[in-house]
Amino acid sequence: MDNTVSSVPAAATGPAAGFWQGARDTLPMLVGAAPFGVIFGTLASTAGLPVWATMMMSLVVFGGSSQFVAVTLLASGASIPVIVATTFIVNLRHALYSATLMPHVQVISKPLRAFMAWFLTDETFAIVYHKVDSGEPVRVGSYYMGSASAMYSNWQFWTAVGIAIGQSVPGIAGWGLEFAMVATFVGIVVPLLKSRSQVAAALSAGAVALLANGLPYKLGLMAAAFAGIAVGMAVASAEGKPS
Amino acid sequence: MISIVLLIVGMAAVTYPVRVSTWLGKGHIPHRLKQALAYVPTAVLTAIVVPTVLFQHDHLALDWRNAQLIGAIVTGLIVWRTRHLLWGIGGGLVVFGVWQWLF
Repeated sequence: MDNTVSSVPAAATGPAAGFWQGARDTLPMLVGAAPFGVIFGTLASTAGLPVWATMMMSLVVFGGSSQFVAVTLLASGASIPVIVATTFIVNLRHALYSATLMPHVQVISKPLRAFMAWFLTDETFAIVYHKVDSGEPVRVGSYYMGSASAMYSNWQFWTAVGIAIGQSVPGIAGWGLEFAMVATFVGIVVPLLKSRSQVAAALSAGAVALLANGLPYKLGLMAAAFAGIAVGMAVASAEGKPS
Repeated sequence: MISIVLLIVGMAAVTYPVRVSTWLGKGHIPHRLKQALAYVPTAVLTAIVVPTVLFQHDHLALDWRNAQLIGAIVTGLIVWRTRHLLWGIGGGLVVFGVWQWLF
């Protein structure tokens, strides 16, 4: 990353300093992600995912919410195409992140950018965006990779801890721990319900999900997700304001 | 085994292109897509949670003995009042555990 030029010409620090700074600033996010890594690792085996597959998912997908969703759907008997399609929808928000960061990473070479994109998460986006938005001089490439490396190794570590717990505690599959996933999803949605269009999206998605619950392969989930998105957008445009 | 590899490769194959697309392309995303994205978490997560919580053993279980329902409501209330995700999850898990034990 030595050829990484900062978007701010006056960046005083070297690449290594930028890397460590990025990793250090991500520390609170590491603590926040840890329990979810553990829950994922523990529950994946109860959902029927072998140890190697659980680890592989954290290594190659590296998207907490989509991994949570995948495990929940897997346990409920969804088909692979439905899980993959849901992953796509859940992870679409990353396009928003990379588009937002684009002006700041433009100076970085395309191959390096392509490498960096593999590690884009909510947390690294939040940390890097906060930094570049503050106007402080920073080596964006090193700073980003510092944050991303910290998040990546943290996620692998806590996934492994979760797997170890799932494997070593007998009968853990019968504890009803999958409720932790449900609680997580509820906790994510509740703060989002702060506008009429968001409430409408939730109500319609919930209603369609109930009505379409009998559809095979969890196809009802797709129907419900699209209904919720469409109704939310319709209500927002009827109110004449975005979201 | 093959199906699990397919699942993981499939998930990665739809995730990475989204992450990299604007960095290799024009660098912006359509306005309508941006609007739609605002509703994705709400719609997808609600669509997963509602049937999971309300259907117990393939039956609609809209009653107070449904531990998942009570736990989900407790989580929702805690997060709504405190804006603290982990407290909400923890509180919901405790109530869920107690409920399961009681009924």
